Amino acid sequence: MTDMQTLYLLVPLAPLAGAILAGLFGKAIGRTGAHVVTILGVAIALAASVYIYQDVQAGNTFNGTIYTWMVAGGLTFEVGFLIDSLTVMMMLVVTFVSLMVHIYTIGYMAEDPGYQRFFSYISLFTFSMLMLVMSNNFMQLFFGWEAVGLVSYLLIGFWYDRPTAIYANLKAFLVNRVGDFGFLLGIGLIAAYTGSLNYAEVFAQADSLASQEMAVTGWPLITAICICLFIGAMGKSAQVPLHVWLPDSMEGPTPISALIHAATMVTAGIFMVARMSPLFELSDTALSFVLVIGATTALFMGFLGIVQNDIKRVVAYSTLSQLGYMTVALGVSAYSAAVFHLMTHAFFKALLFLGAGSVIIGMHHDQDMRNMGGLWKYMPITWFTSLLGSLALIGFPLFSGFFSKDSIIEAVHASTIPGAGYALFCVMLGVFVTAFYSFRMYFLVFHGKERFGNAHGHHDHHGDHDDEEPSADHHHGLAPGQKPHESPWVVTLPLVLLAIPSVLIGFFTIEPMLFGDWFKDVIFVGDNHVGLKELEANFHGPLAMAIHGLQTAPFWLAMGGVVVAWFFYMVRPDIPAAIQRIFKPIYCLLENKYFFDRFNEIFFAGGARALGKGLWKAGDQALIDGVAVNGTARLVGWVAQMSRLFQTGHLYQYAFVMIIGVFILLTFWFNRG
Amino acid sequence: MTDIPLLSLAIWVPILGGLLVLATGSDRNAPLARMLALAVAVVGFVVTIPLYTGFDTTTSAMQFVELSSWVPRFNINYHLGVDGISVLFVILNAFITIMVVMAGWKVIEDRVAQYMAAFLIMSGLMNGIFSALDGVLFYVFFEASLIPLYLIIGVWGGPNRVYAAIKFFLYTLLGSLLMLIALLYLFMQSGGSFSILDWHQLPLQMEPQILIFLAFLIAFGVKVPMWPVHTWLPDAHVEAPTGGSVVLAAIALKLGAYGFLRFSLPIVPDASQELAWLIITLSLIAVVYIGFVALVQADMKKLVAYSSISHMGFVTLGFFIFNPMGVEGALVQMISHGFVSGAMFLCIGVLYDRVHSRQIADYGGVVHTMPKFAAFFMLFAMANSGLPATSGFVGEFMVILGAVQFNFWVGFCAAITLILGAAYSLWMYKRVVFGKVANKHVAELEDLNSREFAFLAILAFCVLAMGLYPYPFTEVMHASVNELLRHVAVSKL
Repeated sequence: MTDMQTLYLLVPLAPLAGAILAGLFGKAIGRTGAHVVTILGVAIALAASVYIYQDVQAGNTFNGTIYTWMVAGGLTFEVGFLIDSLTVMMMLVVTFVSLMVHIYTIGYMAEDPGYQRFFSYISLFTFSMLMLVMSNNFMQLFFGWEAVGLVSYLLIGFWYDRPTAIYANLKAFLVNRVGDFGFLLGIGLIAAYTGSLNYAEVFAQADSLASQEMAVTGWPLITAICICLFIGAMGKSAQVPLHVWLPDSMEGPTPISALIHAATMVTAGIFMVARMSPLFELSDTALSFVLVIGATTALFMGFLGIVQNDIKRVVAYSTLSQLGYMTVALGVSAYSAAVFHLMTHAFFKALLFLGAGSVIIGMHHDQDMRNMGGLWKYMPITWFTSLLGSLALIGFPLFSGFFSKDSIIEAVHASTIPGAGYALFCVMLGVFVTAFYSFRMYFLVFHGKERFGNAHGHHDHHGDHDDEEPSADHHHGLAPGQKPHESPWVVTLPLVLLAIPSVLIGFFTIEPMLFGDWFKDVIFVGDNHVGLKELEANFHGPLAMAIHGLQTAPFWLAMGGVVVAWFFYMVRPDIPAAIQRIFKPIYCLLENKYFFDRFNEIFFAGGARALGKGLWKAGDQALIDGVAVNGTARLVGWVAQMSRLFQTGHLYQYAFVMIIGVFILLTFWFNRG
Repeated sequence: MTDIPLLSLAIWVPILGGLLVLATGSDRNAPLARMLALAVAVVGFVVTIPLYTGFDTTTSAMQFVELSSWVPRFNINYHLGVDGISVLFVILNAFITIMVVMAGWKVIEDRVAQYMAAFLIMSGLMNGIFSALDGVLFYVFFEASLIPLYLIIGVWGGPNRVYAAIKFFLYTLLGSLLMLIALLYLFMQSGGSFSILDWHQLPLQMEPQILIFLAFLIAFGVKVPMWPVHTWLPDAHVEAPTGGSVVLAAIALKLGAYGFLRFSLPIVPDASQELAWLIITLSLIAVVYIGFVALVQADMKKLVAYSSISHMGFVTLGFFIFNPMGVEGALVQMISHGFVSGAMFLCIGVLYDRVHSRQIADYGGVVHTMPKFAAFFMLFAMANSGLPATSGFVGEFMVILGAVQFNFWVGFCAAITLILGAAYSLWMYKRVVFGKVANKHVAELEDLNSREFAFLAILAFCVLAMGLYPYPFTEVMHASVNELLRHVAVSKL
């Protein structure tokens, strides 16, 4: 094993070691020990990733096996690494955001009895996520895929006392399993038709896959494979209709909402599809499918962000919508734009979540925006970094989100794939919606009248749902007269460190990532797809792009959203209430999240239970046990009962039967011949 | 090394040791009986270790063969041997016996010596089943192993134990009688040989093949158990003491599946191919139908029992798709299921010993009072739902890959277990372990003692080791599985 290989191995193993130490020996090493070892582990991973990044930039990529997991049926299952530009970018994002979240957690979870456990989980997550992105084969990909799901499950249910939390984590796991179901079938098809699970070997056979049809069904093989894989991505990256778990996942502590449910895990699906670009490029049908799902998610999940009152849920729906943007980019073959948006989004969305968490600390764990207002005075750092994050999110020129989102919109504009028109409409309108809900949140939280300390008069507010109301036991809030306060430095430092890339990273990386050679040989775009080619022709440096951005529709749509939010929530707060009254049915639809949850609860969960009960009672108990098993026993009993009648013990009856018998026998015997 | 009769030791050490334990007599000597039983179980396990270390993975031939005449008049031999298919089960069986002895340590206070002896003897008999190469010897072990299990359920079982024990006994006896007829037929046809290996080479016409196949199907299908002859299992599990459930799930169910590989596939390959659709259909019904049934169980043991049936459906499915991935996956699944279902039943036993209830509704918030237990139970519940890095994943993954290769829709149905397995395992976990402390019984629970911690930790290690590095397990199987599949592909007609 070379030095570099040892270093590759160090990246996932350092956080794993931290997780094991904090998890198994949490009592012995104490709270400080737990955060020291885990932070150290992640810091080592980050430092190693930076070194590897430089090495990759120097042109040294790696694709090799660490150990052979199993050999069976002609397939070799291996654990191995593929280190190239895509991987190393993900490694940097994951380890950096993870490190920020680790530091932040010291402040956020300071009073929690599960302190060590929490650190152990987030380090374990970092390990799993790194294994996922560094994989060079489908088996390890699936490994990491499920492992991050497990940690997500554990963390959503971190406060296992709360009924909503343990409902949400079960739901998250099961919905993800629906995605995994498709994912595994996709992997199965790949294994069956290529005889390999190694990316490079599979990609080498991509053309032959494209020319085949599936046995039995006769479908085009490559389309079936890509759609199956994408179903996995839909689960993990929360695309409609498998998005239902993500808003509920907000039941987990805020640091993990930032790390897992915004910056890293939920983008695993995007990463996976980008990694599989040599396969997806061969199926226009699959790409159209991806595009339409993504566009729907981008717009319709954004709408839901407008009606949320829980600060974390606004950010959650915004995450859904942004994941939709990335998926759209995949659909129009602009993989590098998707990954680019993935990266910028990781920074500004982690920032927004951690900012929301800081607000929650300041508000003493009240998450209802209707109880906030005017916080900028009390929490200056949180306020300012959140403003930067919001500007990045809405795509304000020069901010990182501008470059990534504008590139996606331009790519959709240039695309000719079926569904591109619909997608363009969705992403354009989505810009307005994003700006509106982001600044609705911003104004409600940081500006306007101070509404806190009001003895919770909002509880009877109409339209509230039980599942959205934070459950009573942890709902403290500020006492009357109490003022919010800025969070400690361990909380604000990560905000500042995340704010810097949220503002700047787009400006510096757009050129190499989208138009340079950074993703050459990693991301493949077919000649028949436009991708980013048209955009590239019009690109004259990031500054020119920003200036040009001021004249384009997305900019004005975003500004429109900000202004409308300002007008509605700062100037005339009676207007939203009026709109809500007038458009009651639409509001009701949004308030109920398009009734996805209720449908799933009744149709799938209820249906499965009813089916199970039916099969058990009617099949197992009535038919098999009732009729067949006990019926046989009864039949035997009945025959025995009958034959017992003949054994009466009365001699005359035996004699009589014997005489009849002899008579019959003789009759037949004599008449034989 | 080769001249030590390892297989005979694996069989007779537990049996004779069991008789010795029995000799300690009444419950006054219970501590002695326990110590002795543990010693015997450990020795019984130790003698199986050379079977793995000395195993030649390059050949598909029988190894550690012992052959001597038993009843010369009918050409019945004491013929033992293991190949890559059976060797792991001998070791697994000896291993699980240690767990069972530990699990019954404090809990069983009544007729301790008899209890321990029953398990030890059964362990020896089951090793006999896995290593017998003579039809009559196999049959004798196969039938004899019913008796200790029948007694375990009938004597140390729950309130409805008699019904369950008789149901179990009649169900399995009915099946094995048909097998006896098939064995006698094969004896006649082969010109007077009871050697299973001779039968593998015996040419047979289609019609007798089909009949023999069906006879074996009923005998082994009941044991597995396959849908629709599975209803004895939930009853038996619910009534059995914890140790009984563990052995039943971990080892006894494997006997049927093993029978398919040792008898059905190689002796009647053409009928196996011809009727594969039947087994595949029944297996998929087991996976899906039973998965739904498991979801709605209110009794934890019943839930795990149904989950066992569903997992065994994967095993029979893997056998009859006739590709190495499927067969090896099924074998891996069998071993993994031994660890995981054993551990699940032990976990339920830990709770039952404290609260004396198996109803999910009687629990809630166990994590507050038993955090260590909750951590182990989480691992095993995840393994039961096939999470990667646990042993439960390996077999499922392989069988699904094999099934997709065989036919996409078969793979599709099999993969539904991904959702159902997680649903029933984790929903149960949620209701039992998470939430607020449900009642005063839960509030008074004490966390694992060191004995319980020990056996759960050992099983946890096995589950993780097999999940992270299954290579040593599959390595043993290759030669035998490939030879078996090659053999099955050649028609006997």
